[in-house]
Amino acid sequence: MPYLMRRLQRLLIVLLVVTFSTFLLVSVLPGDAAYQIGGMDASPEEIEAIREDLGLNSPVILRYLSWVAGLIQGDWGTSLLTGESVWDALVERVPVSMQLMVMAQIMALTLAIPAGIIGAWRPDGPADRALTAVGFACVSMPGFMTAILLIYYVSLHLGWLPATGYEPMSAGLWANLKPMILPALSLALVEWTALMRTLRAEMISTLQENYISLARAKGMGTLRILLVHALRPSGFSTITILGLQVARLLGGAIILEQIFGIPGIGRLLVHAVYTRDLVVIQGCVTFFALTYVAVNFLVDLAYAWLDPRVREARSHG
Amino acid sequence: MADLSRAERAPRPAAPSGTAAPMDRAARNARAAAAHQKARRVGPVFWISLAWLALVTLAAVFADVLGLAAPDQSDWMALKAPPGTGGHLLGTDPLGRDVLSRVIHGARVSLTVGITAPVIGVGLGLILGLAAGYYRGWIDEVIGIVIDSWLAIPGLVILLLFSVLYGGSLFMVCLSLGLLFIPSAARITRAATLSCTGREYVLAARALGASDFRIITREVFPNIIWPLLAFVMIDIPIAIVVEGSLSFLGLSVQAPTPSWGGMISEGREYLEAAPHISLIPTAVMFLTVLSFNLAGDAMRRRVSGGRGGAI
Repeated sequence: MPYLMRRLQRLLIVLLVVTFSTFLLVSVLPGDAAYQIGGMDASPEEIEAIREDLGLNSPVILRYLSWVAGLIQGDWGTSLLTGESVWDALVERVPVSMQLMVMAQIMALTLAIPAGIIGAWRPDGPADRALTAVGFACVSMPGFMTAILLIYYVSLHLGWLPATGYEPMSAGLWANLKPMILPALSLALVEWTALMRTLRAEMISTLQENYISLARAKGMGTLRILLVHALRPSGFSTITILGLQVARLLGGAIILEQIFGIPGIGRLLVHAVYTRDLVVIQGCVTFFALTYVAVNFLVDLAYAWLDPRVREARSHG
Repeated sequence: MADLSRAERAPRPAAPSGTAAPMDRAARNARAAAAHQKARRVGPVFWISLAWLALVTLAAVFADVLGLAAPDQSDWMALKAPPGTGGHLLGTDPLGRDVLSRVIHGARVSLTVGITAPVIGVGLGLILGLAAGYYRGWIDEVIGIVIDSWLAIPGLVILLLFSVLYGGSLFMVCLSLGLLFIPSAARITRAATLSCTGREYVLAARALGASDFRIITREVFPNIIWPLLAFVMIDIPIAIVVEGSLSFLGLSVQAPTPSWGGMISEGREYLEAAPHISLIPTAVMFLTVLSFNLAGDAMRRRVSGGRGGAI
């Protein structure tokens, strides 16, 4: 499949550029790791000794290559402050963030798919207008504001769900899910609108196709046409958006983990930013870039799976 | 003319749904015309949004002459006062500072960032997109890779990195936030430039011996600038939201300068006893972002004749 190969090639170049620039950012700019370790009052000789020790004096390309070699072997460096291995820190926190984002995306799709279908079924009808208005309000409401309102109403007023906290899966499924519901919902309420609008728009144009008219002429029911014949071919853009949203979800998760006290990668990063722990920041950014590349490749695979024509058509386009 | 206007006001066909059997051409045209006509009216929502934005802007500009307490002045007799008590229209925060005054001064930060950042981003994106779309070839390829790489890191993470490296002055926040808008602006410019450079008038200019610079500035630029200006309108609410997130984390402009995100964050601990401290800036920010979205959408519909979506 030439199309997929080309995409993979492009994504790998992107990965190279991103890792190299984060590497440069952290290692070459003033205030590098040696100053972080040595502290403000370290003498130039001490700094030089630390630099030598860390291998900061060899050429950038060599250092980059040895850093990449380390990445592949699972050596992502150690935190400048706690001495904790960055790899261990990521392995511990990534599943937590992952759970948050998957829950959020499931909630978003649960809202968006029915809403998108209803919107496409009667465009500009009362239901469509109401859903569009609600969607508009939701996009104007960033995650942290939704979170504040949800905590205020659901946690403090109704007392249904905890306002903060995290329980590992070992504490039981419900105990684990319960504190995640509000943060996931805060994320989902921002993201569902884009999914809904995309699905709606694409489905409206699918419904103009001849085979839909044929299905209708054959006397097929509206529900069956919508769900069986129109939904799948309308999924393209929605899947692209789903992929694009991963970056936004990661961004949103950073704040929501902070608000709800969830020990995910976002909290790790924000803490590293507050304490200027550059090695941890570098590890997190590298991880984000890897995730982006992986997700985008999956999106391309999904394209090919949804519509075999894509493999051909796109390899010429 | 009379016929035309009657056609425009023609009642909608009986079955306007997408699944309906194909309509005959006349009915379809009439419906399209009606939709077009409808889209050109901006409606009351647009004016309400605009009025709110005007109110916020005027308040921010004239904040110092409104006779309000200074945003960092504490009234120790009224800590966490609820709205309407002790001469504080919207109450006070945990340090006894007037919430109304802080919201208005916070609007300065939000509006400054909201307008400056998209202008910077779209400006730089315009240059990159023009270069990529006009010259194609390896320039296009390199710019494409740079943009893809830029997109591979979540925007907030880029902003966090910048705040670590360069600190949180208003100027740096505007600049780093502006950089986030480059990729989308560059992509749109590139696409518009590509479709533009294939046209006859560009070919004609080239045949007449015009330089690349002249073709880009005189032939291409005027044709792609309008969709980009619409794009600035879309970016403003996004910039306000992202600045809010950043100041919520305490990484935007530094205290004591009030910002909406910072105020929401400060009130978090008192959500139970004094909810107004968080909820008032939340409401103001929500209304402002919503107004920008609604006004921008109405303007886009007007320009594009009703085909604009909400997102």
